[in-house]
Amino acid sequence: MNATVGPVAINTFREAVRDRVLYNLVLFALLMIGAAILVGEISIGIERLVIINLGLSAISIFGLVMAIFIGVGLVYKEIEKRTLYSLLAKPIRRWQFLVGKFAGLLLTLGVNTIFMTLGLAAALVYVGGHFVRSDASILVAIYFILLEFALVTALAMFFSCFSSPMLSTLFTLGIYITGVFADDIHGIGEFTKNPAVLAITRTLYYLVPNFHNFNAIDTVAHGGAIPFSLVWQNTLYAALYIALLLVAGSAVFSGRNLK
Amino acid sequence: MSTPAIEILGLTKDFPVGFWRKRMRRSLDNLTFQVEEGEVFGFLGPNGAGKTTTMKLLMGLIFPTSGTARVRGRSIDDVQMHREIGYLPEQPYFYDYLTARELLDYYARFSNYSKAERRERVGRFLERVGLAAAGNVQLRKFSKGMLQRAGIAQAILHDPAVVILDEPMSGLDPVGRREVRDIILDLKKQGRTVFFSTHILSDAEMLCDRVAVLAGGKLQGVGAPGEIVSMKAHAMEILFEAREGRALPAALAKNATRIGGRCRVEVPEEALYGALEQLRNCEARILSVSPVHPTLEDYFFRLVGSPATSRGLEEISR
Repeated sequence: MNATVGPVAINTFREAVRDRVLYNLVLFALLMIGAAILVGEISIGIERLVIINLGLSAISIFGLVMAIFIGVGLVYKEIEKRTLYSLLAKPIRRWQFLVGKFAGLLLTLGVNTIFMTLGLAAALVYVGGHFVRSDASILVAIYFILLEFALVTALAMFFSCFSSPMLSTLFTLGIYITGVFADDIHGIGEFTKNPAVLAITRTLYYLVPNFHNFNAIDTVAHGGAIPFSLVWQNTLYAALYIALLLVAGSAVFSGRNLK
Repeated sequence: MSTPAIEILGLTKDFPVGFWRKRMRRSLDNLTFQVEEGEVFGFLGPNGAGKTTTMKLLMGLIFPTSGTARVRGRSIDDVQMHREIGYLPEQPYFYDYLTARELLDYYARFSNYSKAERRERVGRFLERVGLAAAGNVQLRKFSKGMLQRAGIAQAILHDPAVVILDEPMSGLDPVGRREVRDIILDLKKQGRTVFFSTHILSDAEMLCDRVAVLAGGKLQGVGAPGEIVSMKAHAMEILFEAREGRALPAALAKNATRIGGRCRVEVPEEALYGALEQLRNCEARILSVSPVHPTLEDYFFRLVGSPATSRGLEEISR
């Protein structure tokens, strides 16, 4: 498996690097530097809270934009440009190609996140002077953000196996936003007591990935700890959803006629 | 009897058309033929004949509506079949952010070569297709002809027993075409099977042991170029010099073409002696008399021009 998935993943990463995708890091660095200087001037006593909040939110938004916009084009572009023809002529199965592309984008997002984390750390040092023990939970929050990226990438790739990038973006964004507000949607159904509305909100709640679970930004910004149980639960939850999406995407893609 | 290199058994492909995609259009109709080991086999046909569809079916890029195919005895559904096959798509397009060397190295990884083997092989094949000097240039800077060469290199990089080339001469200048012809002949010398589609019939006549002609999704004929095209002369060509001041008989003058100081006329075989007698009577100097054999090109155009095949693709309702 490594002999086929690995090269595809590395090539996907190389494409992102050469297409200057990682240039977003420059924007992130400027944002962090600007925020650190500004916060130092206007905030008294809450510099760390503001920087952690801003930094983690920026890491999340930058990564999500990359996951969605690159994810929806990963398969589509290879079909449109017909680069896939020569590749599938080699001894590689379509699901291996799909997993390789997924791993490649995840690697890109991972490297991107590492650099952004270093930027956040530098900003924290600038405003706080040193790290405290509770800062370790920032890394857990970043891990959750990475899980979120992986899930969104799998969603985007799943849709791109059978629809255009525009529709895939809309579907992925729609599901992501629904997933972020999954708890609220469930609450609306309970509140209305209307059986039809309840059925719809319950279906959405159980069908759509609950992205709210991955948001630990507020907790860690206020110095709170994240229970270990949440770490493994979120990991398992994301892994199952990703596996499901990749299997479904592979099933669709494996039967697809390439034009 | 040895296993054929490629065995196509009743391959049929329908594509959905229309807004609701309920109507089906038949692109390939019950195609059956085989390519023997070590053959150079040409696949001829006009645009839309179904040549690329056949090749895509063989490569598993699209799936047949009915029928099947085997490559060296392995089903086209078997991914291991791809270890024995090299494929150049029509108008190939590759990752333009890679250099030619990186592209070949990428594809070589799927054949499990070690790093040293990959480096040696990539260098050798770049040299073979005339891209050694451009190995470190990004593909986005390549001309169409250079991309075609890179495509051929990736198709033969892993020494496949069967090489499938979709329009390999397309986009190449005369020198490039000659180089591709040499590569094909070289592959044949090594005992490999080459199955290629082309519009350039002279290349097919020059290179192929056998050809198949496809039109409107249907097979029109398979055989050696000489078998497909009847070797019986369909006319006789007379080359002569007319004597100054002597008029040619009207029937001959009407059909004669003057080339420099010479005249050329084609007459049916049964009218040859009559024409020669007429030329002798007007004191013309006969330079040569030779039979005119139909070429593959004549056959191809006669076939493509015929109403049965020029109707093209058949639409069928679901």
